[in-house]
Amino acid sequence: MPEVTLVEAINLALGRAMADDPDVVVLGEDVGVNGGVFRATVGLQERFGPERVLDTPLAELLISGLCVGMAAQGLKPVGEIQFMGFIYPCLDQLVNHASRMRNRTQGRLTCPMVLRTPHGAGIRAPEHHSESTEAMLAHIPGLRVVMPSSPERAYGLLLAAIRDPDPVVFLEPTRLYRAAKGEVDDNGEALPLDLAFILREGRDVTLISWGAMLKETMAAADALADEGIAAEVIDLATLKPYDEDTVLGSVTKTGRCVIVHEAAHTGGFGAEIAALIAERGLSSLLAPVTRVTGYDTIVPMARLEQSYMPSVGRIVAAARKACQYN
Amino acid sequence: MASKRASEELPVIARFEVRRRNCLAPDGSMIRPLPAFATDARLVVELYQSMVLLRLFDRKAVALQRTGRLGTYAVSLGQEAVSVGVASAMREDDVLLPSYRDNGALLWRGVKLEEILLFWGGDERGNQFSGPVHDFPFCVPVGSQAPHAAGVAYAFKLRREPRVAVCLFGDGATSKGDVYEAMNFAGVHKLPLVFVATNNQWAISVPLRLQTASETLAQKAIAAGFSGEQVDGCDVVAMRAAAEEAILAARDGKGPHFIEAVTYRLGDHTTSDDALRYRSADEVQAHWKEEPIARLRSYLVRQKMWTKADEEQLAAECHERIEAAVQRYLTMPPRRPETMFDNLYADLPEAYAAQRRKLAGEDDA
Repeated sequence: MPEVTLVEAINLALGRAMADDPDVVVLGEDVGVNGGVFRATVGLQERFGPERVLDTPLAELLISGLCVGMAAQGLKPVGEIQFMGFIYPCLDQLVNHASRMRNRTQGRLTCPMVLRTPHGAGIRAPEHHSESTEAMLAHIPGLRVVMPSSPERAYGLLLAAIRDPDPVVFLEPTRLYRAAKGEVDDNGEALPLDLAFILREGRDVTLISWGAMLKETMAAADALADEGIAAEVIDLATLKPYDEDTVLGSVTKTGRCVIVHEAAHTGGFGAEIAALIAERGLSSLLAPVTRVTGYDTIVPMARLEQSYMPSVGRIVAAARKACQYN
Repeated sequence: MASKRASEELPVIARFEVRRRNCLAPDGSMIRPLPAFATDARLVVELYQSMVLLRLFDRKAVALQRTGRLGTYAVSLGQEAVSVGVASAMREDDVLLPSYRDNGALLWRGVKLEEILLFWGGDERGNQFSGPVHDFPFCVPVGSQAPHAAGVAYAFKLRREPRVAVCLFGDGATSKGDVYEAMNFAGVHKLPLVFVATNNQWAISVPLRLQTASETLAQKAIAAGFSGEQVDGCDVVAMRAAAEEAILAARDGKGPHFIEAVTYRLGDHTTSDDALRYRSADEVQAHWKEEPIARLRSYLVRQKMWTKADEEQLAAECHERIEAAVQRYLTMPPRRPETMFDNLYADLPEAYAAQRRKLAGEDDA
């Protein structure tokens, strides 16, 4: 199997989905001739033509609204928002239309669309290019929110998102676009949505993360192993709806849990997981659930962004503290 | 002054014009020869009957709201000709994208009275209606359906289907980026899409002069690269003619068109509004002289196409139809609470299925 980067895996999945299904349409800013600013859509317009790989005007609200209209008529649009910092004009469409089209028409119209966007900090990008506001999206009933952390999962989960009969926001870890490499078999096989992936098994402490932060989380698990602490690492992968059983099952086994995300602390998705464990996993806890997150500040621009991001050291320290708690 | 003279010497590189269409004067007399469809007396009478039904239905809906049997409701009083005239020019397989005041279009397209009541009575089943299955439900967030219309029209173009999307919104919506972004895209791709702005002069309490400095709303289409026209929105013959032409052209691949239907909202914004807070009774009274139903009735009577007996019969039929629909609405069995989870996703994820069971009382946890 060829080794590809995460962004190449996205490209493979888009190409596969378009080849398999003539209803799949890719649209966004610079996705055509240019192949997307990260090259996620490179080559697609040559293969599938400008009608199915469509350079839109520079208007994010429009992109999301077009997706709703297309999807309601049976197309399977995959819209690209160039950076997550520009997704906010789409929130009206996501909250008021995409997420509720099926419900408010009692199934008469549906909205099988995907909105892809790069997520998170760490690439020294300009201001407004580094936020991670996934919790805001995961709060919207009727949506799915998915975030891969490896080329293999990017391929399989994006195929699943495109085939899913409901709207999916697909958040792509910008920092891993080229940094993450892995073998991907372009066989058209999707991975299941709504399920977490156990990336590493361990009995002492559960580390839960998603997207790019799994890189630091896995490194932390390596460091903890050197200290004799066996960490179980869970990639949540789908944040909405998330895999409660895998989370609770792991915490039942380890009794300790550290949640890692680069989004700001307060109201982050880690709070949701901590609340789930408090509600349904309290009796198995041997230590308080802790969160290692970004700070409750504006994501700083390039010079300070590394100080903002949760580090391997902070994750190791939190896991160690959980293991020493008694 | 020298610079002004200099600019006057520069060549003019573009000129634009906006035309206004009207057929019937407020007294029902013909301003110009009527369009071909007007020779079909049955059709013209049907337009009249539909507007009357809508007005009487609105009256009943307000009575239901005032007696606690319906939620907030928006009447079409004074602007019935817009939604009825436009819908009458559509084919069944065209797609309607209405705003919340376009009951007249939904009724023309086969939505039942009780289904409209059900929606405004607070029940999603009202959107699972008897109209064309592909039509959109009422759009409540102003203008946000315009990008959908562009997506729908793009799908038609991609599939080479001879269908047209028709998107209705109000004058307030033309201030939103949503509408302009959709128009801009429709122009770029020459989409089969007809935009209809019901310019009823008021967006709740904000008059048109505070909405835009644009001389007409129709000219906004010019910036998006296609044609716009102003139509007397109290003249159902003109409305139908404008919509018919625009839809035919769009179906023929000639691209989008924008219709500004100039009318007046004779009623409150909704049952929750009191329009006397921001406009005078005199202003409203003056616009009653232009309203569309009396205008068409005058025309029909002049043409000997309508009699007092016809009017009485129509009123009785409408009354009967409305009362029967209200009875069906009021006796509709309520939804069980847990059905709020139905149609949330194609398959309800287990985490939410557990919540559904709890709400249904199937789970003591």
